[in-house]
Amino acid sequence: MSIPPPTGVSRDISTIVALRGVEKGFANGVRALDHLDLDVKAGEFVSVLGPSGCGKSTALRIIAGLSPPTVGAVEWPTGPVPIGFVFQEPTLMPWADVSANVRLPLKLAGDDDSTAVAQALDRVGLKNFAQSYPRELSGGMKMRTSIARALVTEPQLILMDEPFAALDEITRFKLNNDLLTLWQDLGRTVIFVTHSVFESVYLSQRIVVMTPRPGRVFTQITIDAPYPRDEHFRTSPEYGAFCRRVAEALGNAMAGGVA
Amino acid sequence: MSARALRLGLPIVVLALVVLCWDLLVRAFAIPPYVLPGPGLVLATLIADAGLLWRSLLVTLTLTFEGFLLAAVGGILLAIAFNQWRLVDYSLYPYAVILQVTPIVAIAPLLLIYLPQPLAVLVCAWIVAFFPVLANTTLGLNSVDHNLLALFELYKASRWQVLWNLKLPSALPQMLTGLRIAGGLSLIGAVVAEIAAGSAGAGSGLAYRIAESGYRLNIPRMFAALLLLSLAGVAIFFTLSAISYLALRRWHESAIDRER
Repeated sequence: MSIPPPTGVSRDISTIVALRGVEKGFANGVRALDHLDLDVKAGEFVSVLGPSGCGKSTALRIIAGLSPPTVGAVEWPTGPVPIGFVFQEPTLMPWADVSANVRLPLKLAGDDDSTAVAQALDRVGLKNFAQSYPRELSGGMKMRTSIARALVTEPQLILMDEPFAALDEITRFKLNNDLLTLWQDLGRTVIFVTHSVFESVYLSQRIVVMTPRPGRVFTQITIDAPYPRDEHFRTSPEYGAFCRRVAEALGNAMAGGVA
Repeated sequence: MSARALRLGLPIVVLALVVLCWDLLVRAFAIPPYVLPGPGLVLATLIADAGLLWRSLLVTLTLTFEGFLLAAVGGILLAIAFNQWRLVDYSLYPYAVILQVTPIVAIAPLLLIYLPQPLAVLVCAWIVAFFPVLANTTLGLNSVDHNLLALFELYKASRWQVLWNLKLPSALPQMLTGLRIAGGLSLIGAVVAEIAAGSAGAGSGLAYRIAESGYRLNIPRMFAALLLLSLAGVAIFFTLSAISYLALRRWHESAIDRER
């Protein structure tokens, strides 16, 4: 799906969102972000990689409109797009069952579409758990519910804030694979914040490495391995080489060195 | 023996022992009934005065229930107002605290001067019962998961959508705790007002019976009325606990047994 660009705008039409010189300071004096520039193209899978405290979550919240930038701007060259957000914790309503949790965004918009809920649950493999309560689910299933909720409005842009950080490795690998399948099927844009080198290489087309305190873009690395990626890719020498490159870049970013 | 059987059985054993000791004490020292009636006499009085005591119990329970209902509605509405408009919170919260910390026994006689007795009893029940509802509901409304708030903001939820779909359900456990405390307190409030009215009052509640029986040295009836009052309190507590359990059993940790 392509949206015609507004007339008179000469920017690359495929850019869905751009951060321009974004800075963010908090009342307690912490400077979370320092002149952050970032372009994300429609349909792209971008990971933002950095140590904890580098402001990557803050950047995501600024894109989502949950937090205003102190300086700079968020630009939407093709106009604002619907956003889905997946938090680090599943962030489910414990008093509502899975189906009601997934329905929430539609309910708030006054558009109660049960087929969309069923479809979103089906996509994340939770069709048979619609009536379960969050406390009855495993950590992985809670996160799947959270992803289904983010998908239910069919957003153009999906923001994910270290969604799998708290999961065990087996569940995490499974969710990584399922996320890639979803991304390939749906063709939506994903901005994925993580502190895991391995996860970012496995998932992304492009990795944005950030420096800590204050957060800036240190370097960007393109992962040009073809999709679909699977367990074969995860154990390939190519994957190992990418991981080494990204890990070195991250190490340099943390040491304040050069790219 | 299972833990459940112990939890039910042990209090009954303790009760039986206490009643037995009480009875033996009264018999052994031949204590006259106007000093300490034995358990048998209390039970006999309870049966003999059943009609009178039952009517009194109904009067007290009705006022308690009305006071509780007003406290529940008032406490919850006020908590919502505090949560929605900070200026209301700043303006009224200190007075809610003052009302709560001033002993109800000291307020009751004053209320009895200005209000007809049933109304004074009702107001007393309300004053003591509404604060725990207010305080607990306020805590609940203010303890909403910040990420869920962010999520509602992301989907452009209106203020009332946030209140109705997020804040109130998430405050439910604390609200129910407040209501459970308020149930017992509204009975206390009603009793205090009836006692304060004393023999001068035209009332016929259970606490009034206690005061009246005291003046007449009808100690067995005092005990019988006291027993009814405390049974009423226990019934209120269990009813509200059951409601709380039913409302939370599917999702809140407090209502779910741990599995090992």
